[in-house]
Amino acid sequence: MNNLSKGQQQYLLKHRKHKRIVRISRILILLSFLFIWEFTANVGIIDSFIFSSPSKIALCFFGMLMDKSIFLHLGVTLYETILSFLLVIAISILVAVALWFSQKLSEILDPYLVVLNSLPKSALAPLLIVWLGATKTTIIVAGMSVAIFGSILSLYTSFTTVDPGKIKLIYTLGGSKFHALSKVVLPSSIPAIISNMKVNIGLCLVGVIIGEFLAARDGLGYLIIYSSQVFR
Amino acid sequence: MEQVLELKHIHYAYHTLEGETPALTDISFALNKGEFVSIVGPSGCGKSTLLSLISGLLEPEKGLIKINGKYLKESTTNVGYMLQHDELFEWRTIYSNVILGLEVQHMLTARTRQRAHDLLDLYGLRHFETSRPSELSGGMRQRAALIRTLVLEPELLLLDEPFSALDYQTRLTVGDDIGQIIRKEGKSALLVTHDLSEAISLADRVIILSGRPASIKQTIPLIFNLAEDTPLNRRNAPEFKTYFNLIWKELNTDE
Repeated sequence: MNNLSKGQQQYLLKHRKHKRIVRISRILILLSFLFIWEFTANVGIIDSFIFSSPSKIALCFFGMLMDKSIFLHLGVTLYETILSFLLVIAISILVAVALWFSQKLSEILDPYLVVLNSLPKSALAPLLIVWLGATKTTIIVAGMSVAIFGSILSLYTSFTTVDPGKIKLIYTLGGSKFHALSKVVLPSSIPAIISNMKVNIGLCLVGVIIGEFLAARDGLGYLIIYSSQVFR
Repeated sequence: MEQVLELKHIHYAYHTLEGETPALTDISFALNKGEFVSIVGPSGCGKSTLLSLISGLLEPEKGLIKINGKYLKESTTNVGYMLQHDELFEWRTIYSNVILGLEVQHMLTARTRQRAHDLLDLYGLRHFETSRPSELSGGMRQRAALIRTLVLEPELLLLDEPFSALDYQTRLTVGDDIGQIIRKEGKSALLVTHDLSEAISLADRVIILSGRPASIKQTIPLIFNLAEDTPLNRRNAPEFKTYFNLIWKELNTDE
């Protein structure tokens, strides 16, 4: 490694320094946030009964680790979130493919998708309980409802913006619309599908927590509601 | 002479809500086996539309197209189509880009795979079989695109300004290169271009189209007295300038 030129060495040094500053700053921000929180709560500048404090949270978390109740709640929420996430991905890809296949269908459904996407889903959660009962199904549907319409719209958009030259190529090679889908549209949309998944996992968690607020006996959402009512 | 392609009284128009734009009127010509024909015309005159019609991507409003003596719809002859851009897929290697047509037409066999390898080897891309398209130069990409067309063993090649996306120097060498590959494989080819010198250096015959709606103005056979008739040699031949001026004048006269 000694045969590096001076310029290259300097460049590498600069790069390493840059990385170090980024890493240290990140940790510093977190630590100072926790410190200020803890300090102000202890001194009494903020009310620790309302704002809690890092040490209290740690103690409570430790207590729940000991009696293992946290694992139940975490597990339930994780299960519901992942299930609704997988369903959202599968259904939205299927629907987006159907819309891509039929220009007519997509034009017919477009206004409905926009309206459904902009509905306040959390306001619908109580209705879901009435329709489906206070079960896990309700919570999973609540999780899905937050993500699915936006997911369909964004996937469909990315399907339709595929380079038309590449699709023409498939037809010139004697391919069908199905080939255009499997050889061009889906492979070139993989980055869009992945970024869509990143957004959806968060949205599903939001939906699941909302569902748990209203209709659960376990899970993180239930824990939040329970705790806020008993002021712990 | 056996005719690979025959067009008779082709009419075509584009329709939008604003109205109708006639693109082609009464186009008739034929292409003999092994012949290389260039079509030139002012830009936007409907040259590419003509290729889309022959490849079956569009349907003519009037007129008929025959390939190897059969109507286009009943024809089983493979027609290769080379587009303006190479359209190689970045998520595939060069080899799997080349066999894309075989995959789509369910023709992947040991024999066709071997042919793909042979062609890549013959045209200097053997070491790039596992490379991604972005690792290749513009000329090599265009060659890979040509091989993708050739593995389907087309009898007729349609070239839609396949060199126009390349810079000038690459364009001359790739034009020379691809012209010779097509001659060597003994294919009939129809080249659409707005570059007159490209048309003259490659073809046996130049068809000149008028402005939109396009019709055939004139057909000029090209005869060069060269020991070795390659596109690059043609550019230096005395006849080249004569043909260039002739076609240039023809393009710029309005009836």
